[in-house]
Amino acid sequence: MTSDTKEQKRTSIGLKIEDFSKSYDSVEVLRHVSLEVEPGEIFVIMCPSGSGKSVLLKHVAGLEIPTNGRIVIDGMDIAEPKTRSQLHMALVFQAGALFNSMSVFDNLALYPREHRLYDKKALRDKVMKALETLSLEDAAEKFPSQLSGGMRKRVAIARALVMEPELILYDEPTSELDPTMGATISEIIADLREEFGVTSLVVSHDRDLALTIADRVAILMHGDLLEVDTRENIKKSDNPKVKDFLNPVIDIKNPRFKRKD
Amino acid sequence: MKQINKILEDFGSTIILALRAFSYLPCLPRQWYRLVEQCYLIGYTTLPIVAILSFFIGGVLALQAGYSLAPVAAQDFIGSLVGLSLARELAPVMTAILVAGRVGSAISAELATMKVYQEVDALVTMNIPPERILVMPRLIAILIMMPILTIIANLIGWIGGAVVAQNVDFIQLDTRIYFQGIKNFVTFRDILDGLIKAEIFGFVTILVCCNVGLQTVGGPREIGSSVTRAVVISLILILLLDYFVTSVLLKF
Repeated sequence: MTSDTKEQKRTSIGLKIEDFSKSYDSVEVLRHVSLEVEPGEIFVIMCPSGSGKSVLLKHVAGLEIPTNGRIVIDGMDIAEPKTRSQLHMALVFQAGALFNSMSVFDNLALYPREHRLYDKKALRDKVMKALETLSLEDAAEKFPSQLSGGMRKRVAIARALVMEPELILYDEPTSELDPTMGATISEIIADLREEFGVTSLVVSHDRDLALTIADRVAILMHGDLLEVDTRENIKKSDNPKVKDFLNPVIDIKNPRFKRKD
Repeated sequence: MKQINKILEDFGSTIILALRAFSYLPCLPRQWYRLVEQCYLIGYTTLPIVAILSFFIGGVLALQAGYSLAPVAAQDFIGSLVGLSLARELAPVMTAILVAGRVGSAISAELATMKVYQEVDALVTMNIPPERILVMPRLIAILIMMPILTIIANLIGWIGGAVVAQNVDFIQLDTRIYFQGIKNFVTFRDILDGLIKAEIFGFVTILVCCNVGLQTVGGPREIGSSVTRAVVISLILILLLDYFVTSVLLKF
């Protein structure tokens, strides 16, 4: 990330999840989850696949209504219809959710264009600056289908940057990426906090990401919040489930699954 | 009971979608390029198939009318029969069916794909209402293009009838007499009734296709199901509405 892309640090906002539960029909996906993310913090929620972390993130983004409890961002309940429009919040989707019919430039320009934030020249500068921040300036005229997985993720982050968010939500930012690209994305998340001071809520099962860049880590398992602590303390956790999740041992003599003969 | 609930739910969500889309009508000038794009997609791309079909429907109508009227030497009425049938009934219905098949299916597929691949969610998180950029321009575009397509269908259908009426051995009706029949019997009111029907059918078709697309949940398989569902519902509604709208229009 180049130093000339530095902007004045934005104000960051915190969020509070209070006694949050979610059920689909009779299936309870998340139970009584409560946690607080401080302004400017990188908070990583880790859990095994299918444990409801993406569901939680969708609720934080205001895309779904909780069955119980509430999510308060910057003092406002996200379930209230007008809250989202008052917040500077961006969600980086797991698969990018880029608009396939638009070029990378237009993907990034959509938000400021629709909200009439800048004139034509300022808009171009803003978009190109975001692309430069993510080393994507050569991809401006490409379409999402022409990009690699890592580039798509970076474009998604660049699109979030254009929105000048105070809070960025990342859904599995390093999934389906090779270790080097995963590390790059982790560095970008950390850099964005350093440069712009944004609060980052990351859901991931990437151990390296969580234990390297997170200020605090929450472990969510089968719908329950097991532990919330700093990354140093989480590494030393005594909870056997947390230990097993963070340090899995591959034991080919005693596999966890039993093959039926 | 579950089926009835589903139908009522779909009906409600379609009405809400229409209301939401029209609440963004003041934003239309900012969506100008999307409106033009949709007019092109709906109008220009449907035009060739509308032209071909209406020509042959006009021709078949003239052929069938000639088959019935020629033995009693009443060929002179072929023009009025073809003209009225096309203007009041066949042109709007046929155009709406073609729009459902050609444009409606494409719209439901596009919106269903956007929904499944979270592009719609991305819009919501960017505080860009999907109804404003995905639905409203399409609804306005269909209201602009349906009358144009229907008038073209009428004209080409009438020409198709004229060609057949003049050239088929057992009819051999002079083109001048054929068009005189249309002029004498087809009134402005007949054409207007057809255009009103076309507007209603086209609007309902695009609204249903947008709603079905945006309601899609699941994966790629559901995209295909949504397209089929959108087209089937549209076709049923076109035919149902045809009866009721015609009944109402005949009373005035």
